[in-house]
Formats: sequence, structure tokens, C-alpha cells
Amino acid sequence: MSSFRFLLDANTWQEIFGSIRKNKTRTIITVIGVLWGIFVYIAMAGAAKGLDNGFDKVFKDVAMNSMFVWAQSTSIPFEGFKTGRSLELRLGDATALTNKIPEIQHIAPRNAQGVFGGSPALTVHGQKSGTYSVLGDYPIYTKIATKKIYDGGRFINDQDIELSRKVCVIGERTQSELYEKDVNPIGTFIRIDNVYFQVVGVHKYANGVSFDNDSDIYIPFTTFQKLYNTGDRVGYFVIAAYDDADVVAVEKQVKTILKNRHRVDPEDERAFGSFNLGEAFGRIMGFAQGMTFLSLVVGLATILAGVIGIGNILLISVKERTREIGVRRALGATPGEVRMLIIMESVFLTVIAGVLGIVLGAMVLNLVGNLTEGGDFPYANPTVPISYVLGALGLMIVLGTLIGMIPAQRAVSIKPIDALREE
Amino acid sequence: MIEIKDLHKSYQMGSNTLHVLKGINFNVEAGELVAIMGSSGSGKSTLLNILGMLDVADTGSYVLDGVPIENMNETKAAQYRNKFLGFVFQSFNLINYKTAQENVALPLYYQRVSRKVRNEKALEYLDQVGLKPWATHLPSELSGGQKQRVAIARAMAAEPKVLLADEPTGALDSKTSYEVMDLIQQINDKGNTILVVTHEPDIAEMCKRVVILKDGVIVEDKKVNQKRASAYVQ
Repeated sequence: MSSFRFLLDANTWQEIFGSIRKNKTRTIITVIGVLWGIFVYIAMAGAAKGLDNGFDKVFKDVAMNSMFVWAQSTSIPFEGFKTGRSLELRLGDATALTNKIPEIQHIAPRNAQGVFGGSPALTVHGQKSGTYSVLGDYPIYTKIATKKIYDGGRFINDQDIELSRKVCVIGERTQSELYEKDVNPIGTFIRIDNVYFQVVGVHKYANGVSFDNDSDIYIPFTTFQKLYNTGDRVGYFVIAAYDDADVVAVEKQVKTILKNRHRVDPEDERAFGSFNLGEAFGRIMGFAQGMTFLSLVVGLATILAGVIGIGNILLISVKERTREIGVRRALGATPGEVRMLIIMESVFLTVIAGVLGIVLGAMVLNLVGNLTEGGDFPYANPTVPISYVLGALGLMIVLGTLIGMIPAQRAVSIKPIDALREE
Repeated sequence: MIEIKDLHKSYQMGSNTLHVLKGINFNVEAGELVAIMGSSGSGKSTLLNILGMLDVADTGSYVLDGVPIENMNETKAAQYRNKFLGFVFQSFNLINYKTAQENVALPLYYQRVSRKVRNEKALEYLDQVGLKPWATHLPSELSGGQKQRVAIARAMAAEPKVLLADEPTGALDSKTSYEVMDLIQQINDKGNTILVVTHEPDIAEMCKRVVILKDGVIVEDKKVNQKRASAYVQ
């Protein structure tokens, strides 16, 4: 008798179903163990994936390998300069950095009024007014941080820079605070620090990580220079490296070059400040990966515990059914057939429990997914890859078989005559 | 049908060896109805177990219907049991979660008979023991006598060459015992070979031959005038 034929034999399955159906309590208890395990596994793997997706969504508007650099003041005396000298970034630094560091893809100099210093600009439209941060930008900035501009509008372009046009892009909140609901702000004029600007676009607030606020007003860099008299000073650089570049190395190079240009001690750690998004992103992604790994380990351990539970209950059940097994063997069941019956019961219960657990886990994930939809919480589209599910099912079949072998072996190790005598 | 020569069997009980069968010579022809009697510890159950291939003798030969029973592994023994032997036990040994019909069909399952055929056959055998209306009942819903009749139907369903009954009436009252014996006699009348282990003289009298065991040897082997159990059954 080949075991394969045994598997395909409808009679075998009738025997297995019969035995499972007639031992309902046992079946239910057994199933719950594995069901819980696979449920935890699916729910955790899905939640980890949801978190992963959530972070992805949060970071999707920002070039991940980007960094900021700004000037502070020296902390070490150098070349005759005393300590505590204030430093300023210059437009020339941007050209120098691009020329010397080939890994830099984009570099966007920015000036800000009312963010790190200076007072926010008093902005007036009609009867309404408010104070908002004003940023002087080049068009290249949108290559690093995606700006969503509402229909009909645009971001600052090269001609705006060239002609120092008095145009601005206002934020969603600025619009709602300065305009009536039904008014289209595009083309209208607002007064920023006593200078009239024409509104050319409204930027949409980017949910998640972004460099900017939903009330910021962008004006051309060149216009900013004239408005606030900044000359070629630059507030900070936003730098994006190429995708395959090591942004941490770029960060170091940038600082070294800046120190050199500004005659700062190479050892001076405080002269220039920087923030590396790639590093921060890497740290968060590492956390998400850690969560995925943890969920895998915990889930698999729970499945294992559930399967061991099945083995345990089958072992008790075999003990209870010693007499029945004895009778079966007296009636002509071979040890192979008895062993197969017990193993198939184990596998069948494991798989049924597994499928139920997967369905239940998917339902809970769906529910949690719907509840967190649109919220600020970084959690989106919690799914479990089909390979994980199939892997878990495969694992359960293997474990079910292995664990079923213990009670199966026990069932045939008792001589039929002893089994029949058993009370 | 059964030929046994110089059968020995001993059990290891701790440091003691218990010599249970001390050289049994014993033949059974086809169609016989043999009672094996003896007090407890006489070895009668051991003999039946060896005949039923549930146990193996230490020495001696056993030939069943021309087939020498030797060098059995469990798988082979199971197949032989299925093909040659039917068992009836004192405690019925029905599977409690299977209906009467499913219980009777079980040996046919191990003969790889298709579901439809084995259910038909099971019903046929239940009819022969007068329990066709109880086919869908669980053993817990049957009386002792009914259970034993289901067990007999199950033993007969595989159409064995020899029916081995170990104290078939041991758990039944006299009236039910006689009904069961009546059934066994009827089966025997059809030409089936039956061995009944019992320690009740009135049951033994209903067989055609009585073999008495004492301390592991056959002390008496005689033909008897069979008493018909039907005479006691109203």
C-alpha cells in the first residue's frame, strides 16, 4: 500500500472526518490553539507591514537621501580668528559644493524669514491679515521635496528668479485664513511686509514628513534678497544626493568643504549644523524591519506552540482511544494505516485551524486598516505577502505531520492485545 | 482448518517467568463449534489470542487453513486477521462514535471495499442478527445483547474463515446469553468454524465440542451433544 494512494482514497478521508466530527470538544480545543497562533502571526505580520507602508507613505514626498546644512558659529579659534565668530553661508558655496562633490544631484539654497530667526511677515489680503513665514526659493527645491500645487497654480519658475518677480505661492492654511471660501486666490494680490505680491499657486499640505508648514509663503530667492536685503547670504542648503550615493559620506564632505571655504578649523564640530534625512529615515526603517522580524519570530513561535498543543491533545486522545485502535487493528488495520489516520487527523486539524486563523487575521487587519485610514498615524494598507501565508501553511503541514508522528507512533507501539485489554 | 502443534507460551513477570501454555496440540475441522473452557489463569485466553494472531507463541507451529502462521510482522498479521479471522469480545469493543452500521462496515473498510458496497453489506449482516432497524443507532443506544449482536455481525461481515469469541456472553444475563448463543449456533449451522472461550458450562454445552484447559495443558477434549439455545429462547 503506498501512502499516496492512501491519501487520495475517499474512504480514508471518511474515516478521518468521522473521527474528527465525533470528537467535537477535542477538535474545537485543538483547533483553537493553532488558530490563535496563526491569527497572531497574520495580525502581527500585517501590522508590521502596515507600519512599513505607513512610513513609506510619510516619506514619499521627500527625497530620502537628502540633507540640510546651515551655518552656526565657530567653537575653536583658527587662523587668527577668535572663537565664537558667526558664519554665513553664501550662494557661492552652492556652486563650490556642486563642483567638488559629484554625488550631489540637487542643491537648493533657501532663505527663511520667521523660521529660525526674524519675525514672520505680516501679510494682508483685503480686510484679513496674518503673520506667516516667508521662504526664498529656487525652482530646483521641488526636485528635492515634492510640492503639490493645487490646480491652476504653479511653483516659482526660472523667470521669476531672473526677473525677481513679486510672485508668491501660499499655503493651504494661508489661503483659508486670508480668503473667503469661494474665492480663487490665483492672480490676486497680497501684501507681504508692505510689498504687493501676486499669488501664482497654492501648495497642498503634505501629510507626513515634509520640510515645510502648511502656512508658509514661497517667493523667488532673488525677490527675497531684495525684500530683506540679504545679498548673497543663504539661510540653509537643502542637498539631495544621487540615489546610490552614501548621504552620510556626502554630509561629511559638504562640511569639510564649507569649513575650508569659511576658514574654520577642520576639527570644529559646531561651526556648521546639519541634519541627514537618509540617516533618520534609515533608523525608522530599521525600526520597521525590526518590527517585521519580531512579528515573524513571535508569530512562528505561537504557531509552534499551537501545533505542539495539537500534538499534546492528540497524544491524550490516542491514550483515550487505545481500545478503539486495538479494535481497529484486530479488525485488520495495519500499523501503517493506524499511523496514517492519526497523522492525517493532526494535519487536517492544523490546516483547518490555519485557514480559519488566516481568514480571521485578514478580517482584523482589514478592520484596523479601515479604522486608521486617513489618520496621522503612520499605518497604511496592512497586508501579508502571499508568500508569508503559503509559507505559514506549508510550515503548519510540516509541523502537523511531525507532531502527529508522536501520537501516531504511540498508537502503534501498543500491541493490539494490550490495547484491547486496556480499560 | 486449525492445526496447532506443541505450542508454548510464557510471560515475563518481573523476575518470574510465567509458563502459560505448556505444549498444546489441537486441531479444529471446518464447520466445528468448539468451546474452550478452563478456570482463569488456565491459558484459554492466551490460546485464543495466539489463534487470533494478536499474540505470538514462543515455540510450536500454527497452521490456519493451510497457511503456516509464522514470522509475522504487524502489517502481515493485520492483513491475515482481516482476511481469516472474526473477533467477538466480552466487552463488545464497538467504536462508540460510530453507528451500528458503520461499526459493522469497519472490517470491510480495511478490505478496501467501496463505501456503497460496504454499507449495503453491513446492513445485510445487521439484518441477519435482527438489528436492521437499529442501523443508525450508536452503541450507547443499544442494550448489551444488541451490542454483542452488532459485534457478531461485524465479525461476520469480513466473511472470516474462523470466528473467535472471547467470553461472548460474559457480560450478559442468561436470557441474553442464550439469544447470543442461538445466533452463534445459527452461524455455525451455515458451515462457519467458531471457537468460543467460556467458563460457563451451560454455554459450553451449546457447542459441539468442549476442550478443557488446566494450567496450560489440555486435560479434556470431547464431543458433546449440542443443546440448542433456541429451546431456551422464547
